[in-house]
Amino acid sequence: MSKKNYYLLSEGILKRKENTIYFVNEKGSKPLPINKIYSMYAYGQITISSQVISLFAKEGIPIHFFNYYGYYNGSFYPRESLLSGDLLIKQAEHNIDFSKRLKLAKLFVEGAAKNILKVLAYYKIENNIKNTLTELNESSKITEVMNVEGRIRAEYYQYFDDILPDEFKMEGRSRQPPTNMINSLISFGNSMMYASVITELYNTQLNPTISYLHEPAERRFSLALDLSEIFKPIIVDRVIFYLVNKKMITEKDFNQDLNCCLLNDKGRATFVKEYNKRLETTIKHKDLGRKVSYQRLIRLEAYKLKKHVFGMKEYDPFVIWW
Amino acid sequence: MKSINGTQINYYFICKTKLWLFSHNIQMEQESDNVSLGKQLHETSYKKEKEFLIDNLINVDFIKNKDPIEIHEVKKTQSMEISHEYQLLYYMYYLKKEKDISNTVGYLNYQNIRKQIEIELTEEKEEELETVLNDIKSIVDSDVPSPKKSRICRKCAYFEFCFA
Ligand code: SF4
Repeated sequence: MSKKNYYLLSEGILKRKENTIYFVNEKGSKPLPINKIYSMYAYGQITISSQVISLFAKEGIPIHFFNYYGYYNGSFYPRESLLSGDLLIKQAEHNIDFSKRLKLAKLFVEGAAKNILKVLAYYKIENNIKNTLTELNESSKITEVMNVEGRIRAEYYQYFDDILPDEFKMEGRSRQPPTNMINSLISFGNSMMYASVITELYNTQLNPTISYLHEPAERRFSLALDLSEIFKPIIVDRVIFYLVNKKMITEKDFNQDLNCCLLNDKGRATFVKEYNKRLETTIKHKDLGRKVSYQRLIRLEAYKLKKHVFGMKEYDPFVIWW
Repeated sequence: MKSINGTQINYYFICKTKLWLFSHNIQMEQESDNVSLGKQLHETSYKKEKEFLIDNLINVDFIKNKDPIEIHEVKKTQSMEISHEYQLLYYMYYLKKEKDISNTVGYLNYQNIRKQIEIELTEEKEEELETVLNDIKSIVDSDVPSPKKSRICRKCAYFEFCFA
């Protein structure tokens, strides 16, 4: 893929001169050719003009905004050009028809759990997750499915302490604000993952607000929450383990105070770089017989969902096979 | 169902899955290299003549207002000839049935081999075309046909969709 994700980590202004976007900050002015931009992640305080927005709209480039803490604030989601009424109806039908929704919800949890199991297998950690997963069979409500998912994740997070050095102890998951380093990394990474899935959904005809596992009202792009579950363990968590165990991220990369712990500028830059490297990493796809990037795998997941709602092929969540 | 367009005729001969997906507005985001090559070719080689869009269904590459009226289609390769032929036949058929224009003759212009093929809408061809049109209607109104992997899939914009 010749188009790239751009990450704006410092304060600055996005300017447009004809078909080039410039990112201007205290270091100077950096040109970003429009046909090279796939999506943008803005972390610093960004000033942006309507000319820039209209060019992004024309080229179909989404921009994701994050606040100071690295939490997702919102996206500029350009208007879609390729709507399909047939698809929208099918997508909605799979939410309204309860048995259809339940089936998809379970598949998302199953896919996520299988990827979690792969991660744990890599670290040779024995666990009880398989057993918990069997409880999906008896779940007859979405809340019960969510409950199984929550328990699997809670158990999984406990094992982080076995994978990471002592100073990165989990001590329970804390979100807003994260109170320690590991929670801070997880929150930061999950927000990025959510944004990456939004980008891929933008590039399909799926409506991002109709979801199955999560309630459509939970967030604006709740379908991105559903799909994120599949990829969080194999992208976000593996980036965290890699960076921490290689000591590429250490205590020095955080700003800590009594009730809050956040990645500082340097830590953020390190994380973003490694995360993007993962997205760009390619694997040979079994069924396609060609190389695809992790980022593309997210897109393929969206295609599979499309096929599911059209009754072409039952959704079979991506499980990492190596 | 809405009326059939030229692309649907084309896809009917290429792949039924493709026909169905296209007809239900399932489009792929990235244009394949093939498409843009076709576009480029179009823009560079036949610039002078005008493209004709009739009733939003039929997109004729160019028309020469002679007697009989010449309907021209430009193709970059010769590999999918039957679909090209029926596409053109359909244009002539449509003009005849809907617009009362029957003194037409079709030409397929193959760029790469600098060859022009003349196509005529005979009664026999008309009947064959009607069978094709009915067949298209029934495919589009049924469930989506399962994708079958073939040689052409690799270049198809739906490849990832079909086989991921
Ligand atoms: S990929 Fe193959 S099966 Fe699928 S639409 Fe294209 S030609 Fe048909």
